Amino acid sequence: MIRGADIVVRSLIAENAKHIFGYPGGAIMPVYDALYDYSDQIRHVLTRHEQGAIHAAQGYARVSGQVGVALATSGPGATNLITGLADAMIDSTPLVCITGQVAAHLLGTDAFQETDVVGISMPVTKWNIQVRRAEDIAPAIAKGFHIARSGRPGPVLIDITKNAQTDSGEFNYVPCLSIRSYRPYFEVKKDEVQKAAELINAAKRPYVLYGQGVVIGKAESELKAFLDKTGIPAACTLLGSGALSEEHPSYVGKLGMHGNYAPNMLTNQCDVLIAIGMRFDDRVTGDLKRYAKQAKVVHLELDPAEINKNVFADAPVLGDCKQSLSMLNQAVNPNSHEDWMSKFKELELLERESVIANDLSPTKVGLTMGEVIRFINQYKADDAILVTDVGQHQMIAWRYFDYKTSKTQVTSGGLGTMGFALPAALGAQMYDYSRQVICVVGDGGIQMTIQELGTIMQTKAPVKVVLLNNNFLGMVRQWQQMFFDRRYSFTELDNPDFIKLAEAYSIKATKVSEREGLSEAVADMLMHDGPYFLEVVVEKEDNVFPMIATGCSVEEVRLS
Amino acid sequence: MNRYTILIYTENFIGILNRITIIFTRRGINIDALTASESRLDGIHKITIECTVTEEQIIQLVKQIEKITDVIKAYYFMDSEVVYQEIALYKLPIDSLDASLEKVIRQYNAHIIAAEKEFVVVEFTGHKEDTQALLETLKPYSLLEFSRSGRVAIAKPRFSVSEYLNNQTL
Ligand SMILES: Cc1ncc(C[n+]2csc(CCOP(=O)(O)OP(=O)(O)O)c2C)c(N)n1
Repeated sequence: MIRGADIVVRSLIAENAKHIFGYPGGAIMPVYDALYDYSDQIRHVLTRHEQGAIHAAQGYARVSGQVGVALATSGPGATNLITGLADAMIDSTPLVCITGQVAAHLLGTDAFQETDVVGISMPVTKWNIQVRRAEDIAPAIAKGFHIARSGRPGPVLIDITKNAQTDSGEFNYVPCLSIRSYRPYFEVKKDEVQKAAELINAAKRPYVLYGQGVVIGKAESELKAFLDKTGIPAACTLLGSGALSEEHPSYVGKLGMHGNYAPNMLTNQCDVLIAIGMRFDDRVTGDLKRYAKQAKVVHLELDPAEINKNVFADAPVLGDCKQSLSMLNQAVNPNSHEDWMSKFKELELLERESVIANDLSPTKVGLTMGEVIRFINQYKADDAILVTDVGQHQMIAWRYFDYKTSKTQVTSGGLGTMGFALPAALGAQMYDYSRQVICVVGDGGIQMTIQELGTIMQTKAPVKVVLLNNNFLGMVRQWQQMFFDRRYSFTELDNPDFIKLAEAYSIKATKVSEREGLSEAVADMLMHDGPYFLEVVVEKEDNVFPMIATGCSVEEVRLS
Repeated sequence: MNRYTILIYTENFIGILNRITIIFTRRGINIDALTASESRLDGIHKITIECTVTEEQIIQLVKQIEKITDVIKAYYFMDSEVVYQEIALYKLPIDSLDASLEKVIRQYNAHIIAAEKEFVVVEFTGHKEDTQALLETLKPYSLLEFSRSGRVAIAKPRFSVSEYLNNQTL
């Protein structure tokens, strides 16, 4: 018999969790006490806020492909996790979050720091449970890990009452391999693959859209093989970036509101649309009534609820895309689509001339976000991880960063959570200190979780923070300029001296305001051994283009 | 919009009903009636939900319900595909029990299931239209209380949850 708190920690170790991110408090103290004994087997990272802990766990999960673990106390500790849970839910990130809870006999009495976190988190978790007895802890954790990582991944919350942590119970860890009510995978049906292959083989202008499902399903090489064989142009979603090298001949760019011109425009000219591990988010499709109506749709998707949800699929292929793609690879004919591909190239040229050139090599005085990314590309490692926050810098960094390998893109996609980047970068870095982790963030978003500079200081995680400072809540300001008559209502910021702030945390910091010195500053940062904070003062009122305004169709994508 | 019956087979865990109902709440869809009870199979609960939605909506709802980890299986049916009943209880003062009331009860094939000093309780089972009609008829008899259940339903198409469970290989 061991203490419930020890069962918690030993269960996490049994699940091979190497790092956990958390913040202590009354109701979780027994677990913290147990952690003290196991610090040689599991590393706990003390963040400065529970939101920081869960975003760090998300960053960790996204680059490792493993389940991220966060720990918090009851009441406010638990409620501080909610944003991260919602973010992980919509971006399919595997997490196990453990919260302390008041003792079972106090449940429902409004005891100190009692919050119904199981109730609150229900809409934003894949599964959650409250555990009130020590012997139920290990089975709940085993089930939680299985649910979090299998099928379409997602966040799990396990709420453990204090008495369950202090009481003793038998410990005999049995991993959970299946649950009778839960079907995470589906056998791919041959006839579905066949039907998809027929559409693809007959297509004149087929077009592939790939999303994060390819990354989650570890189907990168199957996707590449499929494109190598068929020569079909392929565009990615925000979270799909990195699943295919951007140097691949099939790669034509990015989809969505601030994606590339050609991939959006030509969505309405293809004859067969092949969606792989993506869910037709409204930021990708724009107005659904005018989205790819001319095309037959093939949809490779693991989650049955995604099929026909937003876009009707003529040939759905239910199942893990690693399996369905490799079956499809057998069934499709070798092909090339040079004429069709050249349409993408033509439109790309248009975008290069009217947008990209000015973004990357501006002739005006003020610095652009794009040129900062250009220098990052010049000096970064091939497998550098880009972590971004939410706003203009996120879209610009995504547009211009050179994605060469998978799992190099960490950003808040579906929820668009400002404050995500700094802690997520920390979490990504904890997974592997030897990888370059570049955190690109805005002056608004960084101040939502800036306290995590303290965690970077304490862990010495060598995160490279690139603050693109436009003294505005830039993305909102852009909308105010375009759709609200330039009425800049509460979007201009009086900012602190970020350099002093970073230095107060003993982080080496540099500020660049002029073009001269930018290249060198980026190079210095990336060569620096240890955490680094680079502030770049950019043009205050630059806009991100191309853009598909809300409610517009993909072919109404504008270049200015 | 059509009236649908959703039959849901779930594990008997705390909170499962909440997980199901928030799927409706989030989409702003009203649940017309809901019944939950143990099923024929040990440890498996059966939840019956009645709602009025479009075909597109019902397909989405059922997929989302089935996605819940602790839900074993969910099915939806049109009214024509299920046999269903609702039970209603009517409480009336004992003095109102005269020959004409007895005639009403007989006509409807309803039953007096309790008779106390002050009141009687009449039970009647049928579709909502039927129990509603009796309600209207009984109102003039100084009806004291009325209570009606959600529908319980049996699907006409053959399906077997126990077979489904046995075939679960993954
Ligand atoms: C938590 C949260 N609050 C509000 C928003 C709405 N929002 C989206 S982008 C943005 C502005 C971001 O400004 P900044 O961080 O400075 O980045 P920039 O757009 O200037 O690059 C805001 C307020 C959000 N996405 N998340």
